[in-house]
Amino acid sequence: MADLTNNFVGIKSPNPFWLASAPPTDKAYNVTRAFKAGWGGVMWKTLGEDGPPVVNVNGPRYGAIWGGDRRLLGMNNIELITDRELQVNLREIKQIKKDWPDRAVVVSLMVPCEEDAWKAILPVVEETGADGIELNFGCPHGMSERGMGSAVGQVPEYIEMVTRWCKANTSMPVIVKLTPNITDIRYPARAAHKGGADAVSLINTINSIVSVDLESFSPNPSIDGKGSHGGYCGPAVKPIALNMVAEIARDPETAGLPISGIGGITTWRDAAEFMALGSGNVQVCTAVMTYGFKIVEEMISGLSNWMDEEGYTSIDQFVGKAVPKVSDWQYLNLNHITKAKINQDLCIKCGRCHIACEDTSHQAIMAQKDGKRHFEVMNDECVGCNLCVLVCPIEDCIVMEALEPGVIDERTGKVVEKDYANWTTHPNNPAAAKEPAE
Amino acid sequence: MGENILKEGISSGRLPPSQLEKNFADLHPPLDRHEALVEAERCYFCHDAPCQEACPTEIDIPLFIREISTGNVLGAAKTIFNQNILGGMCARVCPTETLCEEVCVREEAEGKPVKIGHLQRYATDMAMERNAQFFTRATDTGKRIAVVGAGPAGIACAHRLSTHGHDVTIFDARDKAGGLNEYGIASYKTVDGFAQAELEYVTAIGGIKIELGQALGRDFSLDDLKKKYDAVFVGVGMGGVNALRAEGEDAQGVADAVDFIADLRQTDDLSKIEIGRRIIVIGGGMTAIDAAVQAKLLGAEEVTICYRRGHEEMNASEFEQNLATTKGVVVRHWLQPKKVLTAEGKVTGLELEYTEMVDGRLKGMGHTATLPADQIFKAIGQKLDTHHAQGLELVGGRIEVDENGKTSRQGIWAGGDCVAGGDDLTVTAVAQGRDAAESIHGALMGETR
Ligand SMILES: Cc1cc2nc3c(=O)[nH]c(=O)nc-3n(C[C@H](O)[C@H](O)[C@H](O)COP(=O)(O)OP(=O)(O)OC[C@H]3O[C@@H](n4cnc5c(N)ncnc54)[C@H](O)[C@@H]3O)c2cc1C
Ligand SMILES: Cc1cc2nc3c(=O)[nH]c(=O)nc-3n(C[C@H](O)[C@H](O)[C@H](O)COP(=O)(O)O)c2cc1C
Ligand code: SF4
Repeated sequence: MADLTNNFVGIKSPNPFWLASAPPTDKAYNVTRAFKAGWGGVMWKTLGEDGPPVVNVNGPRYGAIWGGDRRLLGMNNIELITDRELQVNLREIKQIKKDWPDRAVVVSLMVPCEEDAWKAILPVVEETGADGIELNFGCPHGMSERGMGSAVGQVPEYIEMVTRWCKANTSMPVIVKLTPNITDIRYPARAAHKGGADAVSLINTINSIVSVDLESFSPNPSIDGKGSHGGYCGPAVKPIALNMVAEIARDPETAGLPISGIGGITTWRDAAEFMALGSGNVQVCTAVMTYGFKIVEEMISGLSNWMDEEGYTSIDQFVGKAVPKVSDWQYLNLNHITKAKINQDLCIKCGRCHIACEDTSHQAIMAQKDGKRHFEVMNDECVGCNLCVLVCPIEDCIVMEALEPGVIDERTGKVVEKDYANWTTHPNNPAAAKEPAE
Repeated sequence: MGENILKEGISSGRLPPSQLEKNFADLHPPLDRHEALVEAERCYFCHDAPCQEACPTEIDIPLFIREISTGNVLGAAKTIFNQNILGGMCARVCPTETLCEEVCVREEAEGKPVKIGHLQRYATDMAMERNAQFFTRATDTGKRIAVVGAGPAGIACAHRLSTHGHDVTIFDARDKAGGLNEYGIASYKTVDGFAQAELEYVTAIGGIKIELGQALGRDFSLDDLKKKYDAVFVGVGMGGVNALRAEGEDAQGVADAVDFIADLRQTDDLSKIEIGRRIIVIGGGMTAIDAAVQAKLLGAEEVTICYRRGHEEMNASEFEQNLATTKGVVVRHWLQPKKVLTAEGKVTGLELEYTEMVDGRLKGMGHTATLPADQIFKAIGQKLDTHHAQGLELVGGRIEVDENGKTSRQGIWAGGDCVAGGDDLTVTAVAQGRDAAESIHGALMGETR
């Protein structure tokens, strides 16, 4: 059986499935249950400064969007960092680490942007025996209005500065958690790297309003008739998170910087995708808030069976394997020409492919043949966009087939070239070079 | 239709072979991948799931369904086999509508439970197709255990014992192993020699020897086994059939439903199986339904099940009863057999008496009805051949056991249909065999259990 043990910036855990800093990791009670269920590690719910804890709203804190059958697809929250006493949290962290020495216990922190505040909290956290710290530069609501969370995460200079303070004042590994509420994720990642971070973790939640009540005109979740934007997470954010992870993984300036992947991870497959794009491990929040801690059993068995089938014996054999496959658009092969093909035996004749193509794309799917309802791709019109494949309700009924070099593309009347050629050398590109630039 | 179907009396070949083949095909064709994924998505992954509790083997149903939905089908199969090594057979034969699916919260919410049985079949079929083996034997313990009966109880017991590193010998009186999986279950629930294929798949773990044609009480006694083995498990099922207590039941044309089904299951040519034109099946359980339905599928023109109590009291589930009626079987209630009518020693009909409940007791009303028939099948329940008990305490004619399957005799465990307190289902036999194995393991390895 595949070996799932994980070594992330020197922190060892029996598997790469950790819980993200959030309510599931707010108390010893929850964390004990999580470890019993099999989770490899936790990022303890974000701690703040000593003193009176923050207060949360007392009305609803979460909102959601659902797919058919009320499957939860995306969730948002307006919760703050832990609202429990610092000392209580520290006591519990110490006990948990003692009780579960083989699991990773990393403490998430958020204190004001002053070196003294960090100098005060780091030693007391270190004293618990925790394996590391995660700097919460991501929280997009409430804390950011107080100059913390994403207010720091949106300014690369602050990230670098605070990271440096932490590195100077503790020997624990420092993981910097990034906010996705920026324009280019590479800048905050580079700043963390420059500040000496041992790793980055991403993504935190995305600024969002999930819905508006059309009677009260209040955004949801509504607290006494008003709502504020909250942090979006769950399956819906996975594509955004995957891209951000990939952007950092392939940025030469942060090459080799370990990444802990977060955002919408629900199954072993999601986890494997994050890892393929360069995440050394993954963190999960919404999925356990939806289904409970037990889902980790599926993640462990799924990842392990997949690794067995693919012949991977340890995790590092596939971490980052997809990174070289992520390219800039301009380097994609323009001589790779595909056409949609409808399998007539599988087709149930719903017509969705036709109308999608007819109304919104390239008028390349006929709806009739010999007076009968019949859907077939016309190769002389098909640009190979994939829309019909995506809207078809039957899996594998429509597939994209690549044209072999040497045949004629009926749409352009040109022979398909066998050589790779991209935009950088394309005749239509005013800035085209003579030779492909890769 | 062909005119053979109209032949009077008991005769073979009522239907052409092509029709027989169609009639005896898989009752539920397996789910394809897309269907399985759509169905799996319907599972809510309930906490402390009612379905799991309702399964006698307590399979972690939400987990295996989630594994199917993430494409981890072999993981799903392993989750199933961990609890129920005959999960493939159970997926086909369990009356899920009175077990896991009855309590599915989707049943509660919308009257449409997740098709747990079909999903279980999807996962276990794939594992067997790929011959994915999930269990290995622990280091040899040097302990030897005798299992009597190669039915679901015996096989489940033997497999679990083998995983713990014990050596098991199974003795079975018949010349094929599998018990009622091989000789009893309706053909259309277990097509293509599934029982033997499963047996092979399960015993591939090693450490299990099967001795066929070896009958307890004829070829050896429990005392013999106790002398030669460290522990004994008895899983002999119920060989005997209850008497009809109707006049003339020895007439030619009166037969045991289980024997008829066994012949049917063992034949390699259905057109050679003889069946009457007009059939009466007496009983209200799964056996009655299976005999009636298969008689109909063989080409009997009229098949009537007569049951002495009402619809509610029938042991056969709602689904089974509906299956019978859609196949054209007539089910009549509140009728008990009184006298087999014969001419020249052959069955010509059955006289039945109407019954009713009086003060909680079933009573004949004195009025009778007569139904023509040329064949009558008795499906009024089986019993334990008590000479198998050999000194074991019995309750209600079956072997008494505690919750770990221990009998009244030190060193002898029992499980399946032959013990008291079960519900005569394959899945229950599996659970009891497995749990007895754990108890035996504990006892042999010095744990106090
Ligand atoms: C017609 C019919 C249809 C059924 N359909 C279903 C169904 O659809 N679903 C369901 O869940 N259950 C069904 N059942 C019930 C189910 O088959 C039994 O509950 C189950 O097989 C019991 O398993 P077992 O191992 O206890 O006994 P069995 O399966 O009866 O196995 C006992 C084994 O012991 C052997 N044996 C008996 N006596 C001796 C001896 N003296 N020495 C050595 N070996 C001996 C037998 O040859 C046999 O192999 C059906 C039963 C019948 C009769
Ligand atoms: C209710 C809730 C509270 C959260 N609180 C914190 C927090 O205190 N600190 C933090 O770093 N991230 C917090 N997060 C963000 C999560 O750790 C995680 O980054 C995000 O939810 C994306 O992952 P997911 O899609 O698996 O939920 C919170 C998320 C939720 C839903
Ligand atoms: S989950 Fe429901 S019951 Fe539990 S605290 Fe929240 S609102 Fe209350």
